[in-house]
Order: sequence, then structure tokens, then C-alpha cells
Amino acid sequence: MKKRNEVLYFALRNKKLLIGSGIILIFLLLAWVGPAFAKYKPFDYANPLGAEPPSTEYWFGTTFFGQDVFSQFVNGLRATFIVGLLGGGLGTLVGMIIGFAAGYRGGILDEILNAFTNIVLVIPTLAVLLIIAAYLQVRSLLMECLFIGLTAWPWAARAIRAQTFSLRTRDFVDLARLSGMKPYKIVRREIAPNMMSYLVLVFILQFGGAILTAATLDFIGLGPTNAISLGLMMQYAVLWGALPLGMWWWFVPPGLAITAIVGALYSMNVGLDEIFNPKLREM
Amino acid sequence: MLRLDNVSKVYRIGAFGGKALYAVNNVSFEVHKGEVVSLIGESGSGKSTIGKMILRLLDVTEGKITYNGEDISTFKGETLKNYYRQVQGVFQDPFSSYNPIFKADRIFEILREEFFPNIPIPEWQHRVKNALVSVGLNPAHVLNKYPYQLSGGQLQCFLIARALLLDIQFLVADEIISMLDASTRIDVLNLLADLKSRGLSILFITHDLSLAYYISERAVILYKGYVVERGAVEKIFHTPLHPYTRMLMDSIPRLDRKWEKGTTLLERKIEEFRGGCPYYERCPVAEKICAIYRPSLTEVDTDHFVACVHYEPSTNLLGAPAYTEQRTSQSGLG
Repeated sequence: MKKRNEVLYFALRNKKLLIGSGIILIFLLLAWVGPAFAKYKPFDYANPLGAEPPSTEYWFGTTFFGQDVFSQFVNGLRATFIVGLLGGGLGTLVGMIIGFAAGYRGGILDEILNAFTNIVLVIPTLAVLLIIAAYLQVRSLLMECLFIGLTAWPWAARAIRAQTFSLRTRDFVDLARLSGMKPYKIVRREIAPNMMSYLVLVFILQFGGAILTAATLDFIGLGPTNAISLGLMMQYAVLWGALPLGMWWWFVPPGLAITAIVGALYSMNVGLDEIFNPKLREM
Repeated sequence: MLRLDNVSKVYRIGAFGGKALYAVNNVSFEVHKGEVVSLIGESGSGKSTIGKMILRLLDVTEGKITYNGEDISTFKGETLKNYYRQVQGVFQDPFSSYNPIFKADRIFEILREEFFPNIPIPEWQHRVKNALVSVGLNPAHVLNKYPYQLSGGQLQCFLIARALLLDIQFLVADEIISMLDASTRIDVLNLLADLKSRGLSILFITHDLSLAYYISERAVILYKGYVVERGAVEKIFHTPLHPYTRMLMDSIPRLDRKWEKGTTLLERKIEEFRGGCPYYERCPVAEKICAIYRPSLTEVDTDHFVACVHYEPSTNLLGAPAYTEQRTSQSGLG
């Protein structure tokens, strides 16, 4: 009980974590309730006059085709969080499975998994995604999450493997083996709880990384073909000359949101690191 | 009961695993029921490796370990669990034997989950309390605490209580005394003696000769993974034969005299060494033949074996002189 309280004590006093999680919460709320407030659907041609700056009718203005930017923004935000959660979650999960298996079993399995990890690590992700995109006519958001999750795990796997290596030589793991516990149970009940803080950090970094990768893919035109996202908004804005025509309301909200979300996640990461690691705490 | 036959543990070292490092080399001994056998050796002599091989935490490379006639390397799943019901270990460092983020008594709960899932929790708690009392702890003081809230001695006794809950037949005690302070030491030792009288067999791994003498019936002296001398503890301690054992006996500090200044041979010219006696480098009475010939364990007396060229009848024919005390250091002792 004491230890939990201690973590909470430092968590509530860490500015980096509070600011970071505050920003994330605001955007999360916007993504959750925003679409209910949007008067139009993201791709509806709402404004017959075409592009217009923000007004009381169109809060974030309209695009070149008269689509409501606010509606696109809140729906895109939703897509961004889904990509972060599913893509980042999948990356963390695969990284954990491979990292734990390689680190705990060691030996030949470790050699194989480590070689596999290194191969995936050096594969040029973007080139592979270009090829996959060329094969698939319709790409969904879930497909994008899958791509990102299955290419982002290697560094997480490597880090988890290294941690598992150092933990499995401890006597309490030997004692668990003497109690007849199965390897999976030992990893779940003895090893993973010891690196829980680390796993949380891995997930947050994967979350932010997935959002950035998704934005990159969307921006170069490899995003979902049947949905809206912040990256796609920026792609359309550039495609239809929002920059030279001075339609700042089209590309500033999505760009700012991506920067703020990823920045806030990294700030949370540093803050959590300070909380879990007593050496980094500011007293 | 537990028997080691020519057991070796080999580690592959070097860039491509081309070299072999023998952590344990051709070790054989047996532990009978209700007997305490001490495994004595310095750091790196392979004593903990033997303990871990018996507990199946490390695989045996060569030879085999049998428990009641069954090869332990064949155990898996249920048979392995059954083996752990009877054979348990307690390790040197009580603090690292506990998962630091959980309460110390979690080890008992895991034991119930794994071995006695059918015993209701109240009855199990009763058993745990009885076991704690039998290792000299007050359950009210030690239960529901984190490892850092308990002393090393208490944690060590927890581990012994854990082994008792299983109704074990064989205990591997790996340096369990060395981390304890002098006042709790004797409690744990007496507890082991008490367990022995109840018919438990113990493999007592230590580098402390006096403890070994105090508690055990038989002793095995290890050097660099080799057994250099083994047999009844009285014979080894009263008439140590191997030069290494003699050196160990001389290095027990005594209250009544001071050590004289002397030189102990630590390195011998290694150039002429070609796979001979493992103690060649440091042996004060090494012969030329020791550099190339590795003596095997020879029975010099009933239940007293030694691996030294000076006690091997066949090698005397090669002209090796009888054992002479050539050491200059610590000559005032003994």
C-alpha cells in the first residue's frame, strides 16, 4: 500500500506528467464528444461557397470543396487515437511476446528471435508499405494499424529482452521454478510486474510513434482510402494548394494537434520515467 | 538416495563456442537418507553449479544425477513437480530470493497454488503458521510484510519454512549461513540439525570448514570443478591428505595464535602444465608428473578418497617420493 501511495505522491507533483496527460485528456475528450457537436459529415459538401475562414456557422472554416474542417478535425482526431491505441498496442504486444520469449528461454530460441528482430529492424518500413499499398485498392484504418503494429515492435522487443535477461537470473525466478511454476506464469507473475513501469513507458512511446507513422503514411497518400484522419487532412490541404492560397485554417488544426499529442506523450514519458526512477526525481 | 555419477557441466566459451570450460568435472558422490553432506570449495569451484544441477535449474552436460534410482533429467511436467515436492533448495542471498515488489509471504501462497490447490485457505494459513513456528519465527511479527521489512535471518528462515511445508526429503542448502550474522547463524544451523534428525537429507554447500564439520557426516572437497578429497568428515578434518585440503585447514583462523608472515604459493610456472592435476599451479608438493598426469580418486582408508599422486599406489612406481611437508609458510601451525 505504501509503495502505491508513494508513486501517486510523486505523480501528482510531476509537472511534465500533469501537463502531458492534461493535453492528452483534452484531445481525447474532443475526439470522444466532438463528432456529436459537428453539424456536418466529414466529406459532406456543406458550404456552397467553397473555402471560407472560420465563422460561427463553420467553426474551423471550410475546405476548397466546402467541407467542414471542424467535422474532419474531430473525426480525424478519433482516427488518430484509434491508430495510436491499436497500432501502438499491437506493437507493444508483439514486442512483449518476442522479448519475453527470447529473454526468458535464451539459447537457440533467443538466437532465432533476435536475428528475426534485427531483420525487421533494418527493413525499410516505408518501402514495404509502398509495395503493400500498391497491391491493396481499399485500405481501412484497421489495416493501417496492423501495418504499423507489425513494423514498430522490434526495438521494444530488444529492450524487453534485455530486461528479462537481467531479471531471470535473480534467485526469486529460480525459486518460482522450484515451485513448479510454468514459464508463462513465471514471466507473467514474477518478471513482468518488476518491469511494469518500463512496459508502460514502452506503450506510451509506441502510441506516439504509431500516431507519427500514421500521419507520415497519410501525408504521402498511403493512408486509409475510406476514412478521414489528421494526416489525410494535411495531405488534401497540400494537394489543393491550401498553402499558396493562404487557407491556414485547413492545415493548421491537424498539424498542431499531431504535434501537441505526440509532444504531450513524450512529456508524459519523461515525467513517468522520473516518477518510477528515484534517481531522476526532483525533490 | 541422491546420487551423482561422473557429472560434468561444460560451458562453451570463445567467439564461436570453440573452447570448453568445465565448471564441474566428473563429480561423483552420493547422499544417503538422513545424512548431511558438505560440499566445500572456494569461489568458482563449481559447488553452487552442482546444487543448481540437482535442483534442475541447470542442465547436466555429461553424466547423470539420479534420485531414488531415477534419472532426474527425464522429469518433466507432473513428474518434475513431484520431484520438487521432495527436493527443494534454499539460496545464499535471502534478499534476492524474494520478488521485491510483493510481500514476503507470497512464496507460501504460490506454494499452495502450485502444489495444494485443494487445501482451503484457512487451513493453509494454519499450516504456514505452524511451519513458521517450527523455524523459530513468530507469525504475528513476520507475516504480511515486505522483504525489506524483514531481516536476512528471518527471510532465510522463511525459505526453510517454505521447504518444510512441502514435506521434503532432500534440501540443497547453498551457503545459507554466509549472509547471516553470528547470532542468527546458530539458530539456522540448529534448525538444520533438527531437520536431519527427522530424516531429511541435506546437501550443505559452504566454504566455511568449521560449519561443515559442525553439521555434516561426510564432506566433498571441490577444487576447480574436481573432487580432490571426499569421505567421512572426521577423517577429512583430522587427517587431511590432499595438499589443498591441508591448505584449507591451515587457513582456519584461530583465536590462540597469530599467523606468521609467510609466502603462499599462488602461481607455478604454467608453461609445462599439460592437463595434469588441477591443483598443480598452487600445490606446494607438486612433482614433475603432476603437470601431465591427473590423479583419480583413490580410496586410502574406508570412506576416505583422495585424488593426489602421492596417494596413488601405481604412480609410486614412477619414482615419486613420499609426501613431504615442503611448505615454509604457516609452518608453526598444525
